[in-house]
Amino acid sequence: MSDQSLPADRRPWILLSPALVFITLLVVIPMAFILVYSFYENIDLAVDVPAFQFGNWEELLTDSYYHTAIWKTLRLSFIVTVLAAVLGYIPAYVIAMTRYRHKWLLLLLLILPFWISFIIRTLSWIHIFGNQGALNGLMNLLGLGDLPIQIMYTEFTVIVGFIHVFLPYMILNIYVSLEGIDTNLEPAARTLGATPWQAFREVTLPLSLPGLAAGSLLVFVLTGGSYVTPLILGGPSDFLFGNLVYDAVVTELNWPMGATLSFTLLFILGSVVVIYSRFMGMNQLAKAFG
Amino acid sequence: MRVWSLLKFYTVLVYTFMFAPIMVVLVLAFNSSQFGGFPIEGFSLRWFYALAENDAIIRALRTSVMLGLLTALIATTLGILASVALVRYQFRGKQWITTFLISPVLVPETVLAVGLLIFMRWLHMPRSFALLLIGHSIIALPFVVLVVQARLIGIRKDYEEAARSLGASPLQTFFQITLPLLLPAVFAGALFAFTISFDNITATIFWRPAGMETVPTQIFGMLRNSVSPEINALGFVMICITVGVPLLAGGLARYFSRKKI
Repeated sequence: MSDQSLPADRRPWILLSPALVFITLLVVIPMAFILVYSFYENIDLAVDVPAFQFGNWEELLTDSYYHTAIWKTLRLSFIVTVLAAVLGYIPAYVIAMTRYRHKWLLLLLLILPFWISFIIRTLSWIHIFGNQGALNGLMNLLGLGDLPIQIMYTEFTVIVGFIHVFLPYMILNIYVSLEGIDTNLEPAARTLGATPWQAFREVTLPLSLPGLAAGSLLVFVLTGGSYVTPLILGGPSDFLFGNLVYDAVVTELNWPMGATLSFTLLFILGSVVVIYSRFMGMNQLAKAFG
Repeated sequence: MRVWSLLKFYTVLVYTFMFAPIMVVLVLAFNSSQFGGFPIEGFSLRWFYALAENDAIIRALRTSVMLGLLTALIATTLGILASVALVRYQFRGKQWITTFLISPVLVPETVLAVGLLIFMRWLHMPRSFALLLIGHSIIALPFVVLVVQARLIGIRKDYEEAARSLGASPLQTFFQITLPLLLPAVFAGALFAFTISFDNITATIFWRPAGMETVPTQIFGMLRNSVSPEINALGFVMICITVGVPLLAGGLARYFSRKKI
Protein backbone atom coordinates (compact mmCIF):
# COMPACT_ATOMS: atom_id res chain seq x y z
CA MET A 1 0.00 0.00 0.00
CA SER A 2 3.03 2.28 -0.01
CA ASP A 3 4.04 3.26 -3.52
CA GLN A 4 0.53 3.92 -4.76
CA SER A 5 -0.56 6.14 -1.94
CA LEU A 6 0.05 9.35 -3.84
CA PRO A 7 -2.83 11.68 -3.07
CA ALA A 8 -3.35 12.53 -6.73
CA ASP A 9 -3.63 8.90 -7.86
CA ARG A 10 -6.61 8.66 -10.14
CA ARG A 11 -6.67 4.89 -10.54
CA PRO A 12 -8.95 4.10 -7.60
CA TRP A 13 -11.44 6.65 -8.85
CA ILE A 14 -11.45 5.12 -12.32
CA LEU A 15 -12.13 1.72 -10.76
CA LEU A 16 -14.81 3.12 -8.49
CA SER A 17 -16.61 5.31 -10.98
CA PRO A 18 -18.86 2.67 -12.62
CA ALA A 19 -20.25 1.58 -9.26
CA LEU A 20 -20.60 5.16 -8.00
CA VAL A 21 -22.38 6.30 -11.17
CA PHE A 22 -24.63 3.23 -11.03
CA ILE A 23 -25.70 3.89 -7.44
CA THR A 24 -26.14 7.62 -7.96
CA LEU A 25 -28.27 7.10 -11.03
CA LEU A 26 -30.37 4.22 -9.71
CA VAL A 27 -30.66 4.93 -6.00
CA VAL A 28 -29.85 8.54 -5.11
CA ILE A 29 -31.69 10.26 -7.98
CA PRO A 30 -34.78 7.99 -7.71
CA MET A 31 -35.01 8.83 -4.00
CA ALA A 32 -35.15 12.50 -4.94
CA PHE A 33 -37.84 11.69 -7.47
CA ILE A 34 -39.96 10.02 -4.80
CA LEU A 35 -39.96 13.26 -2.86
CA VAL A 36 -40.81 15.34 -5.93
CA TYR A 37 -43.58 12.97 -6.96
CA SER A 38 -45.18 13.09 -3.53
CA PHE A 39 -46.31 16.64 -4.36
CA TYR A 40 -47.85 15.65 -7.67
CA GLU A 41 -51.59 15.34 -8.01
CA ASN A 42 -53.37 12.12 -8.84
CA ILE A 43 -56.29 12.61 -11.22
CA ASP A 44 -57.34 9.19 -12.30
CA LEU A 45 -56.01 5.63 -12.48
CA ALA A 46 -52.35 5.99 -13.49
CA VAL A 47 -52.89 9.61 -14.50
CA ASP A 48 -51.15 12.34 -12.55
CA VAL A 49 -50.07 15.89 -13.19
CA PRO A 50 -46.96 17.70 -12.01
CA ALA A 51 -47.93 20.03 -9.22
CA PHE A 52 -46.73 21.39 -5.95
CA GLN A 53 -49.51 20.67 -3.52
CA PHE A 54 -49.71 19.03 -0.15
CA GLY A 55 -52.82 16.91 -0.74
CA ASN A 56 -51.03 13.57 -0.44
CA TRP A 57 -49.17 14.62 2.68
CA GLU A 58 -52.34 16.02 4.18
CA GLU A 59 -54.09 12.72 3.58
CA LEU A 60 -51.20 10.85 5.18
CA LEU A 61 -51.15 13.10 8.22
CA THR A 62 -54.91 13.22 8.80
CA ASP A 63 -56.19 9.77 7.84
CA SER A 64 -55.96 7.44 10.82
CA TYR A 65 -55.77 4.45 8.46
CA TYR A 66 -52.16 5.38 7.73
CA HIS A 67 -51.37 6.01 11.38
CA THR A 68 -52.66 2.56 12.25
CA ALA A 69 -50.41 1.07 9.58
CA ILE A 70 -47.37 2.89 10.94
CA TRP A 71 -48.16 1.73 14.45
CA LYS A 72 -48.76 -1.85 13.28
CA THR A 73 -45.48 -1.88 11.36
CA LEU A 74 -43.39 -0.58 14.25
CA ARG A 75 -45.11 -2.91 16.70
CA LEU A 76 -44.71 -6.01 14.54
CA SER A 77 -41.09 -5.20 13.67
CA PHE A 78 -40.36 -4.76 17.37
CA ILE A 79 -41.98 -8.07 18.30
CA VAL A 80 -40.14 -9.92 15.54
CA THR A 81 -36.81 -8.32 16.52
CA VAL A 82 -37.15 -9.15 20.22
CA LEU A 83 -38.24 -12.72 19.56
CA ALA A 84 -35.44 -13.22 17.02
CA ALA A 85 -32.92 -11.94 19.58
CA VAL A 86 -34.28 -14.24 22.28
CA LEU A 87 -34.34 -17.23 19.92
CA GLY A 88 -31.01 -16.42 18.30
CA TYR A 89 -28.68 -15.49 21.15
CA ILE A 90 -28.27 -18.95 22.67
CA PRO A 91 -27.52 -20.77 19.40
CA ALA A 92 -24.99 -18.07 18.50
CA TYR A 93 -23.38 -18.50 21.93
CA VAL A 94 -23.31 -22.29 21.63
CA ILE A 95 -21.75 -22.17 18.14
CA ALA A 96 -19.13 -19.66 19.27
CA MET A 97 -18.17 -21.54 22.44
CA THR A 98 -18.47 -25.16 21.40
CA ARG A 99 -15.40 -27.37 21.02
CA TYR A 100 -17.41 -29.67 18.78
CA ARG A 101 -15.23 -30.96 15.96
CA HIS A 102 -17.82 -30.28 13.29
CA LYS A 103 -18.51 -26.68 14.22
CA TRP A 104 -18.23 -25.81 10.51
CA LEU A 105 -21.37 -27.87 9.95
CA LEU A 106 -23.36 -25.73 12.41
CA LEU A 107 -22.10 -22.60 10.65
CA LEU A 108 -22.88 -24.02 7.23
CA LEU A 109 -26.42 -24.84 8.35
CA LEU A 110 -26.72 -21.24 9.48
CA ILE A 111 -25.80 -19.92 6.03
CA LEU A 112 -27.87 -22.52 4.18
CA PRO A 113 -31.22 -20.70 4.61
CA PHE A 114 -29.79 -17.72 2.67
CA TRP A 115 -29.58 -20.01 -0.34
CA ILE A 116 -33.11 -21.32 -0.03
CA SER A 117 -35.82 -19.39 -1.79
CA PHE A 118 -37.52 -16.85 0.43
CA ILE A 119 -40.95 -17.60 -0.95
CA ILE A 120 -40.55 -21.36 -0.47
CA ARG A 121 -39.41 -20.83 3.12
CA THR A 122 -42.37 -18.54 3.72
CA LEU A 123 -45.05 -20.72 2.17
CA SER A 124 -43.65 -23.78 3.97
CA TRP A 125 -45.48 -22.56 7.07
CA ILE A 126 -48.79 -23.17 5.33
CA HIS A 127 -47.81 -26.85 5.47
CA ILE A 128 -47.33 -26.57 9.22
CA PHE A 129 -50.24 -24.38 10.33
CA GLY A 130 -52.72 -24.72 7.47
CA ASN A 131 -55.97 -26.67 7.52
CA GLN A 132 -54.15 -29.49 5.74
CA GLY A 133 -50.99 -28.79 7.70
CA ALA A 134 -48.83 -30.95 9.93
CA LEU A 135 -50.23 -29.52 13.16
CA ASN A 136 -53.86 -30.17 12.31
CA GLY A 137 -52.91 -33.59 10.94
CA LEU A 138 -51.12 -34.46 14.17
CA MET A 139 -54.06 -33.35 16.32
CA ASN A 140 -56.36 -35.33 14.09
CA LEU A 141 -54.25 -38.45 14.67
CA LEU A 142 -54.37 -37.88 18.41
CA GLY A 143 -58.10 -37.29 18.22
CA LEU A 144 -57.98 -33.82 19.75
CA GLY A 145 -60.69 -31.20 19.59
CA ASP A 146 -62.73 -29.72 16.77
CA LEU A 147 -60.73 -29.79 13.60
CA PRO A 148 -59.36 -28.10 11.71
CA ILE A 149 -58.38 -25.28 14.04
CA GLN A 150 -57.72 -22.02 12.27
CA ILE A 151 -54.16 -20.91 12.98
CA MET A 152 -53.19 -19.89 9.48
CA TYR A 153 -53.60 -16.34 8.14
CA THR A 154 -53.24 -14.58 11.49
CA GLU A 155 -50.73 -12.18 12.95
CA PHE A 156 -49.13 -15.15 14.66
CA THR A 157 -48.25 -16.88 11.39
CA VAL A 158 -46.92 -13.62 9.97
CA ILE A 159 -44.61 -13.25 12.98
CA VAL A 160 -43.45 -16.86 12.71
CA GLY A 161 -42.78 -16.41 9.00
CA PHE A 162 -40.73 -13.26 9.58
CA ILE A 163 -38.68 -14.80 12.38
CA HIS A 164 -38.04 -17.90 10.30
CA VAL A 165 -36.66 -15.87 7.42
CA PHE A 166 -34.66 -13.29 9.40
CA LEU A 167 -33.34 -15.40 12.29
CA PRO A 168 -30.12 -16.39 10.45
CA TYR A 169 -29.16 -12.68 10.13
CA MET A 170 -29.54 -12.31 13.89
CA ILE A 171 -27.61 -15.46 14.81
CA LEU A 172 -24.82 -14.70 12.35
CA ASN A 173 -24.31 -11.16 13.67
CA ILE A 174 -24.29 -12.24 17.32
CA TYR A 175 -21.97 -15.14 16.47
CA VAL A 176 -19.48 -12.83 14.75
CA SER A 177 -19.20 -10.56 17.78
CA LEU A 178 -19.00 -13.50 20.22
CA GLU A 179 -16.30 -15.12 18.11
CA GLY A 180 -14.21 -11.94 18.34
CA ILE A 181 -14.09 -12.03 22.15
CA ASP A 182 -10.80 -13.09 23.72
CA THR A 183 -11.44 -16.63 24.99
CA ASN A 184 -9.35 -15.97 28.11
CA LEU A 185 -11.66 -13.29 29.43
CA GLU A 186 -14.40 -15.50 30.83
CA PRO A 187 -11.96 -17.89 32.60
CA ALA A 188 -10.15 -14.84 33.95
CA ALA A 189 -13.38 -13.54 35.43
CA ARG A 190 -13.99 -16.99 36.93
CA THR A 191 -10.54 -17.06 38.61
CA LEU A 192 -11.32 -13.69 40.09
CA GLY A 193 -14.31 -15.25 41.81
CA ALA A 194 -17.21 -14.64 39.44
CA THR A 195 -19.89 -17.30 39.10
CA PRO A 196 -20.39 -18.60 35.52
CA TRP A 197 -23.53 -16.50 35.22
CA GLN A 198 -21.76 -13.39 36.52
CA ALA A 199 -18.86 -13.98 34.16
CA PHE A 200 -21.28 -14.21 31.28
CA ARG A 201 -23.38 -11.25 32.31
CA GLU A 202 -20.53 -8.89 33.06
CA VAL A 203 -17.95 -9.93 30.48
CA THR A 204 -19.36 -11.83 27.51
CA LEU A 205 -22.79 -10.24 27.19
CA PRO A 206 -21.58 -6.60 27.09
CA LEU A 207 -18.89 -7.52 24.57
CA SER A 208 -21.44 -9.19 22.31
CA LEU A 209 -23.83 -6.23 22.34
CA PRO A 210 -22.52 -4.72 19.07
CA GLY A 211 -23.43 -7.92 17.24
CA LEU A 212 -26.79 -8.11 18.95
CA ALA A 213 -27.47 -4.49 17.99
CA ALA A 214 -26.41 -5.02 14.36
CA GLY A 215 -28.58 -8.13 14.09
CA SER A 216 -31.52 -6.33 15.67
CA LEU A 217 -31.20 -3.39 13.30
CA LEU A 218 -31.17 -5.68 10.28
CA VAL A 219 -34.18 -7.67 11.45
CA PHE A 220 -36.13 -4.54 12.39
CA VAL A 221 -35.49 -2.73 9.12
CA LEU A 222 -36.03 -5.81 6.95
CA THR A 223 -39.33 -6.59 8.68
CA GLY A 224 -40.51 -2.99 8.60
CA GLY A 225 -39.93 -2.75 4.86
CA SER A 226 -41.71 -6.00 3.92
CA TYR A 227 -45.05 -6.56 2.33
CA VAL A 228 -44.86 -10.04 0.77
CA THR A 229 -44.88 -12.08 3.99
CA PRO A 230 -48.20 -10.59 5.24
CA LEU A 231 -49.69 -11.24 1.80
CA ILE A 232 -48.76 -14.92 1.97
CA LEU A 233 -49.17 -15.72 5.66
CA GLY A 234 -51.49 -13.02 6.99
CA GLY A 235 -55.20 -12.30 6.95
CA PRO A 236 -56.87 -9.16 5.58
CA SER A 237 -56.06 -7.12 8.68
CA ASP A 238 -52.42 -8.17 8.89
CA PHE A 239 -50.96 -5.51 6.65
CA LEU A 240 -47.79 -3.52 7.10
CA PHE A 241 -46.93 -0.08 5.81
CA GLY A 242 -45.22 -1.72 2.85
CA ASN A 243 -48.57 -3.22 1.85
CA LEU A 244 -50.04 0.27 1.55
CA VAL A 245 -47.21 1.17 -0.82
CA TYR A 246 -47.92 -1.98 -2.81
CA ASP A 247 -51.66 -1.23 -2.92
CA ALA A 248 -51.12 2.37 -3.99
CA VAL A 249 -48.62 1.59 -6.76
CA VAL A 250 -49.62 -1.85 -8.03
CA THR A 251 -53.36 -2.00 -7.35
CA GLU A 252 -54.66 1.58 -7.38
CA LEU A 253 -52.01 2.98 -9.75
CA ASN A 254 -51.96 6.10 -7.61
CA TRP A 255 -48.33 7.08 -8.14
CA PRO A 256 -48.21 10.31 -6.13
CA MET A 257 -49.68 8.60 -3.07
CA GLY A 258 -47.34 5.65 -3.60
CA ALA A 259 -44.43 8.10 -3.64
CA THR A 260 -45.67 9.82 -0.48
CA LEU A 261 -46.01 6.50 1.34
CA SER A 262 -42.61 5.28 0.09
CA PHE A 263 -40.93 8.42 1.30
CA THR A 264 -42.60 8.04 4.68
CA LEU A 265 -41.40 4.44 4.94
CA LEU A 266 -37.89 5.52 3.97
CA PHE A 267 -38.01 8.27 6.57
CA ILE A 268 -39.24 6.02 9.39
CA LEU A 269 -36.81 3.15 8.77
CA GLY A 270 -34.04 5.60 7.87
CA SER A 271 -34.43 7.27 11.27
CA VAL A 272 -33.95 3.89 12.92
CA VAL A 273 -30.73 3.37 10.94
CA VAL A 274 -29.49 6.87 11.78
CA ILE A 275 -30.17 6.41 15.49
CA TYR A 276 -28.35 3.09 15.36
CA SER A 277 -25.31 4.48 13.53
CA ARG A 278 -25.11 7.35 16.03
CA PHE A 279 -24.46 4.81 18.76
CA MET A 280 -22.77 1.92 17.00
CA GLY A 281 -21.21 3.21 13.77
CA MET A 282 -21.59 1.23 10.57
CA ASN A 283 -18.60 -1.10 10.79
CA GLN A 284 -20.25 -3.92 12.72
CA LEU A 285 -22.81 -4.42 9.96
CA ALA A 286 -20.12 -5.33 7.44
CA LYS A 287 -18.43 -7.85 9.71
CA ALA A 288 -20.94 -10.64 9.26
CA PHE A 289 -19.85 -10.97 5.63
CA GLY A 290 -16.20 -11.64 6.40
CA MET B 1 -22.37 -28.75 32.60
CA ARG B 2 -26.09 -29.26 33.00
CA VAL B 3 -26.59 -25.69 31.83
CA TRP B 4 -24.47 -26.36 28.78
CA SER B 5 -26.64 -29.38 27.85
CA LEU B 6 -29.73 -27.22 28.16
CA LEU B 7 -28.17 -24.60 25.90
CA LYS B 8 -27.29 -27.28 23.36
CA PHE B 9 -30.82 -28.64 23.50
CA TYR B 10 -32.18 -25.13 22.92
CA THR B 11 -29.86 -24.76 19.92
CA VAL B 12 -31.11 -28.03 18.45
CA LEU B 13 -34.68 -26.77 18.86
CA VAL B 14 -33.88 -23.52 17.05
CA TYR B 15 -32.21 -25.41 14.20
CA THR B 16 -35.29 -27.65 14.02
CA PHE B 17 -37.45 -24.54 13.78
CA MET B 18 -35.31 -23.30 10.90
CA PHE B 19 -35.29 -26.52 8.92
CA ALA B 20 -38.41 -28.55 9.75
CA PRO B 21 -40.77 -26.55 7.49
CA ILE B 22 -38.31 -26.83 4.59
CA MET B 23 -38.06 -30.59 5.15
CA VAL B 24 -41.84 -30.76 5.00
CA VAL B 25 -41.82 -29.10 1.54
CA LEU B 26 -39.14 -31.54 0.36
CA VAL B 27 -41.16 -34.53 1.58
CA LEU B 28 -44.53 -33.31 0.29
CA ALA B 29 -43.02 -32.91 -3.19
CA PHE B 30 -43.22 -36.71 -3.43
CA ASN B 31 -46.75 -37.00 -2.12
CA SER B 32 -49.06 -38.66 -4.63
CA SER B 33 -52.14 -36.87 -3.25
CA GLN B 34 -53.74 -34.31 -5.52
CA PHE B 35 -53.65 -31.75 -2.71
CA GLY B 36 -50.51 -29.96 -1.64
CA GLY B 37 -50.75 -30.67 2.08
CA PHE B 38 -51.08 -33.59 4.45
CA PRO B 39 -51.93 -36.46 4.74
CA ILE B 40 -49.28 -38.25 2.71
CA GLU B 41 -51.02 -40.81 0.55
CA GLY B 42 -48.10 -42.42 -1.19
CA PHE B 43 -44.83 -41.94 -3.00
CA SER B 44 -45.05 -40.52 -6.49
CA LEU B 45 -43.06 -38.51 -8.99
CA ARG B 46 -46.17 -37.32 -10.81
CA TRP B 47 -45.80 -33.70 -9.67
CA PHE B 48 -42.31 -33.51 -11.11
CA TYR B 49 -43.67 -34.67 -14.47
CA ALA B 50 -46.49 -32.15 -14.16
CA LEU B 51 -43.89 -29.50 -13.43
CA ALA B 52 -41.85 -30.34 -16.52
CA GLU B 53 -44.96 -29.94 -18.64
CA ASN B 54 -46.05 -26.67 -17.09
CA ASP B 55 -45.09 -24.10 -19.72
CA ALA B 56 -45.64 -21.10 -17.45
CA ILE B 57 -43.20 -22.42 -14.87
CA ILE B 58 -40.59 -23.40 -17.44
CA ARG B 59 -40.82 -19.93 -18.97
CA ALA B 60 -40.46 -18.33 -15.53
CA LEU B 61 -37.48 -20.54 -14.81
CA ARG B 62 -35.83 -19.49 -18.05
CA THR B 63 -36.43 -15.79 -17.26
CA SER B 64 -35.07 -16.20 -13.74
CA VAL B 65 -31.90 -18.01 -14.80
CA MET B 66 -31.20 -15.48 -17.56
CA LEU B 67 -31.83 -12.60 -15.20
CA GLY B 68 -29.66 -14.17 -12.51
CA LEU B 69 -26.73 -14.77 -14.84
CA LEU B 70 -26.80 -11.26 -16.30
CA THR B 71 -27.21 -9.73 -12.84
CA ALA B 72 -24.21 -11.72 -11.67
CA LEU B 73 -22.20 -10.43 -14.65
CA ILE B 74 -23.04 -6.76 -14.04
CA ALA B 75 -22.92 -6.72 -10.25
CA THR B 76 -19.71 -8.74 -10.09
CA THR B 77 -17.94 -6.60 -12.66
CA LEU B 78 -18.84 -3.36 -10.89
CA GLY B 79 -18.27 -4.92 -7.47
CA ILE B 80 -14.81 -6.29 -8.26
CA LEU B 81 -13.60 -2.99 -9.72
CA ALA B 82 -14.86 -1.05 -6.70
CA SER B 83 -13.48 -3.59 -4.21
CA VAL B 84 -10.02 -3.55 -5.83
CA ALA B 85 -10.02 0.24 -5.50
CA LEU B 86 -11.07 0.05 -1.85
CA VAL B 87 -8.64 -2.66 -0.82
CA ARG B 88 -5.58 -1.82 -2.91
CA TYR B 89 -5.44 1.96 -2.82
CA GLN B 90 -5.26 4.62 -0.17
CA PHE B 91 -7.25 7.72 -0.96
CA ARG B 92 -9.19 10.40 0.77
CA GLY B 93 -12.81 9.84 1.66
CA LYS B 94 -12.47 6.04 1.50
CA GLN B 95 -14.69 5.48 4.53
CA TRP B 96 -17.33 7.69 3.03
CA ILE B 97 -17.18 5.86 -0.30
CA THR B 98 -17.48 2.47 1.41
CA THR B 99 -20.61 3.61 3.24
CA PHE B 100 -22.02 4.99 0.01
CA LEU B 101 -21.43 1.68 -1.81
CA ILE B 102 -23.18 -0.25 0.96
CA SER B 103 -26.01 2.27 1.37
CA PRO B 104 -28.53 0.64 -1.03
CA VAL B 105 -28.80 -2.21 1.48
CA LEU B 106 -30.20 0.20 4.03
CA VAL B 107 -32.93 1.49 1.73
CA PRO B 108 -36.03 -0.69 2.17
CA GLU B 109 -36.43 -2.72 -1.00
CA THR B 110 -40.01 -1.56 -1.43
CA VAL B 111 -38.83 2.05 -1.48
CA LEU B 112 -35.95 1.25 -3.81
CA ALA B 113 -38.43 -0.41 -6.16
CA VAL B 114 -40.93 2.46 -6.18
CA GLY B 115 -38.18 5.05 -6.55
CA LEU B 116 -36.64 3.43 -9.60
CA LEU B 117 -40.07 2.84 -11.09
CA ILE B 118 -41.08 6.48 -10.71
CA PHE B 119 -37.77 7.60 -12.18
CA MET B 120 -38.37 5.33 -15.20
CA ARG B 121 -41.89 6.67 -15.48
CA TRP B 122 -40.53 10.21 -15.57
CA LEU B 123 -38.17 9.11 -18.36
CA HIS B 124 -41.18 7.56 -20.17
CA MET B 125 -39.59 4.14 -20.06
CA PRO B 126 -42.04 1.30 -19.45
CA ARG B 127 -41.34 -1.69 -17.22
CA SER B 128 -39.03 -4.12 -18.99
CA PHE B 129 -36.55 -6.93 -18.60
CA ALA B 130 -33.81 -4.30 -18.66
CA LEU B 131 -35.38 -2.55 -15.67
CA LEU B 132 -35.42 -5.85 -13.78
CA LEU B 133 -31.79 -6.39 -14.73
CA ILE B 134 -30.42 -3.03 -13.59
CA GLY B 135 -32.68 -3.18 -10.53
CA HIS B 136 -31.45 -6.60 -9.47
CA SER B 137 -27.87 -5.50 -10.11
CA ILE B 138 -28.23 -2.53 -7.79
CA ILE B 139 -29.71 -4.76 -5.08
CA ALA B 140 -26.89 -7.28 -5.44
CA LEU B 141 -24.02 -4.79 -5.78
CA PRO B 142 -23.52 -3.92 -2.07
CA PHE B 143 -23.46 -7.60 -1.11
CA VAL B 144 -20.95 -8.37 -3.86
CA VAL B 145 -18.74 -5.49 -2.64
CA LEU B 146 -18.89 -6.79 0.95
CA VAL B 147 -18.12 -10.38 0.00
CA VAL B 148 -15.39 -9.59 -2.54
CA GLN B 149 -13.73 -7.06 -0.25
CA ALA B 150 -13.53 -9.64 2.52
CA ARG B 151 -11.84 -12.09 0.13
CA LEU B 152 -9.50 -9.50 -1.38
CA ILE B 153 -8.04 -8.45 1.94
CA GLY B 154 -6.64 -11.96 2.21
CA ILE B 155 -4.66 -11.71 -1.05
CA ARG B 156 -1.17 -10.36 -0.55
CA LYS B 157 0.20 -7.78 -2.87
CA ASP B 158 3.73 -9.22 -2.75
CA TYR B 159 3.07 -11.63 -5.61
CA GLU B 160 2.22 -8.85 -8.01
CA GLU B 161 5.22 -6.84 -6.93
CA ALA B 162 7.46 -9.89 -7.35
CA ALA B 163 6.11 -10.47 -10.88
CA ARG B 164 6.69 -6.85 -11.80
CA SER B 165 10.23 -6.85 -10.42
CA LEU B 166 10.96 -10.02 -12.40
CA GLY B 167 10.09 -8.14 -15.57
CA ALA B 168 6.41 -8.86 -16.23
CA SER B 169 4.40 -6.08 -17.85
CA PRO B 170 1.42 -4.67 -15.92
CA LEU B 171 -0.94 -6.51 -18.27
CA GLN B 172 0.92 -9.79 -17.89
CA THR B 173 0.91 -9.33 -14.14
CA PHE B 174 -2.81 -8.77 -14.13
CA PHE B 175 -3.70 -11.79 -16.25
CA GLN B 176 -1.14 -14.21 -14.85
CA ILE B 177 -1.00 -13.23 -11.20
CA THR B 178 -3.83 -10.98 -10.10
CA LEU B 179 -6.73 -12.56 -11.96
CA PRO B 180 -6.03 -16.17 -10.88
CA LEU B 181 -5.73 -14.96 -7.29
CA LEU B 182 -8.95 -12.98 -7.68
CA LEU B 183 -10.96 -15.86 -9.16
CA PRO B 184 -12.33 -17.28 -5.89
CA ALA B 185 -13.55 -13.79 -4.98
CA VAL B 186 -15.10 -13.40 -8.45
CA PHE B 187 -16.93 -16.71 -8.10
CA ALA B 188 -18.10 -15.96 -4.58
CA GLY B 189 -19.43 -12.57 -5.68
CA ALA B 190 -21.10 -13.92 -8.80
CA LEU B 191 -22.76 -16.77 -6.92
CA PHE B 192 -24.06 -14.36 -4.33
CA ALA B 193 -25.41 -11.99 -6.98
CA PHE B 194 -27.11 -14.84 -8.83
CA THR B 195 -28.76 -16.09 -5.65
CA ILE B 196 -29.99 -12.62 -4.72
CA SER B 197 -31.50 -12.08 -8.16
CA PHE B 198 -32.96 -15.59 -8.42
CA ASP B 199 -34.62 -15.21 -5.02
CA ASN B 200 -35.91 -11.65 -5.31
CA ILE B 201 -39.64 -11.06 -5.16
CA THR B 202 -40.19 -7.82 -3.23
CA ALA B 203 -38.84 -5.51 -5.92
CA THR B 204 -39.53 -7.85 -8.83
CA ILE B 205 -43.29 -7.55 -8.37
CA PHE B 206 -42.98 -3.79 -8.94
CA TRP B 207 -40.53 -3.93 -11.84
CA ARG B 208 -41.66 -6.82 -14.03
CA PRO B 209 -43.54 -5.96 -17.20
CA ALA B 210 -47.07 -7.32 -17.56
CA GLY B 211 -46.96 -10.97 -18.51
CA MET B 212 -43.38 -11.58 -17.45
CA GLU B 213 -42.88 -13.87 -14.49
CA THR B 214 -39.80 -14.96 -12.59
CA VAL B 215 -39.93 -18.14 -10.54
CA PRO B 216 -40.76 -16.38 -7.25
CA THR B 217 -43.50 -14.21 -8.77
CA GLN B 218 -44.89 -17.26 -10.59
CA ILE B 219 -45.08 -19.16 -7.29
CA PHE B 220 -46.61 -16.09 -5.65
CA GLY B 221 -49.25 -15.96 -8.36
CA MET B 222 -50.06 -19.65 -8.00
CA LEU B 223 -50.37 -19.32 -4.25
CA ARG B 224 -53.56 -17.32 -4.00
CA ASN B 225 -55.86 -20.18 -2.98
CA SER B 226 -53.66 -22.94 -1.62
CA VAL B 227 -50.27 -24.57 -2.04
CA SER B 228 -50.51 -26.79 -5.09
CA PRO B 229 -48.43 -29.98 -5.17
CA GLU B 230 -46.57 -28.60 -8.17
CA ILE B 231 -45.23 -25.80 -5.99
CA ASN B 232 -43.81 -28.39 -3.61
CA ALA B 233 -42.09 -30.13 -6.49
CA LEU B 234 -40.80 -26.79 -7.76
CA GLY B 235 -39.56 -26.00 -4.26
CA PHE B 236 -37.68 -29.29 -4.23
CA VAL B 237 -36.02 -28.53 -7.57
CA MET B 238 -35.11 -24.97 -6.54
CA ILE B 239 -33.61 -26.04 -3.23
CA CYS B 240 -31.55 -28.71 -5.02
CA ILE B 241 -30.20 -26.08 -7.40
CA THR B 242 -29.58 -23.19 -5.01
CA VAL B 243 -28.16 -25.36 -2.22
CA GLY B 244 -26.52 -27.99 -4.37
CA VAL B 245 -24.54 -25.71 -6.68
CA PRO B 246 -22.75 -23.67 -3.98
CA LEU B 247 -22.10 -26.78 -1.89
CA LEU B 248 -20.65 -28.57 -4.89
CA ALA B 249 -18.58 -25.51 -5.82
CA GLY B 250 -17.30 -25.16 -2.26
CA GLY B 251 -16.57 -28.87 -2.01
CA LEU B 252 -14.70 -28.92 -5.32
CA ALA B 253 -12.71 -25.83 -4.38
CA ARG B 254 -11.69 -27.46 -1.12
CA TYR B 255 -10.84 -30.73 -2.88
CA PHE B 256 -8.60 -29.06 -5.44
CA SER B 257 -6.87 -26.73 -3.00
CA ARG B 258 -6.06 -29.72 -0.83
CA LYS B 259 -4.68 -31.63 -3.79
CA LYS B 260 -2.24 -28.83 -4.60
CA ILE B 261 -0.70 -29.00 -1.15
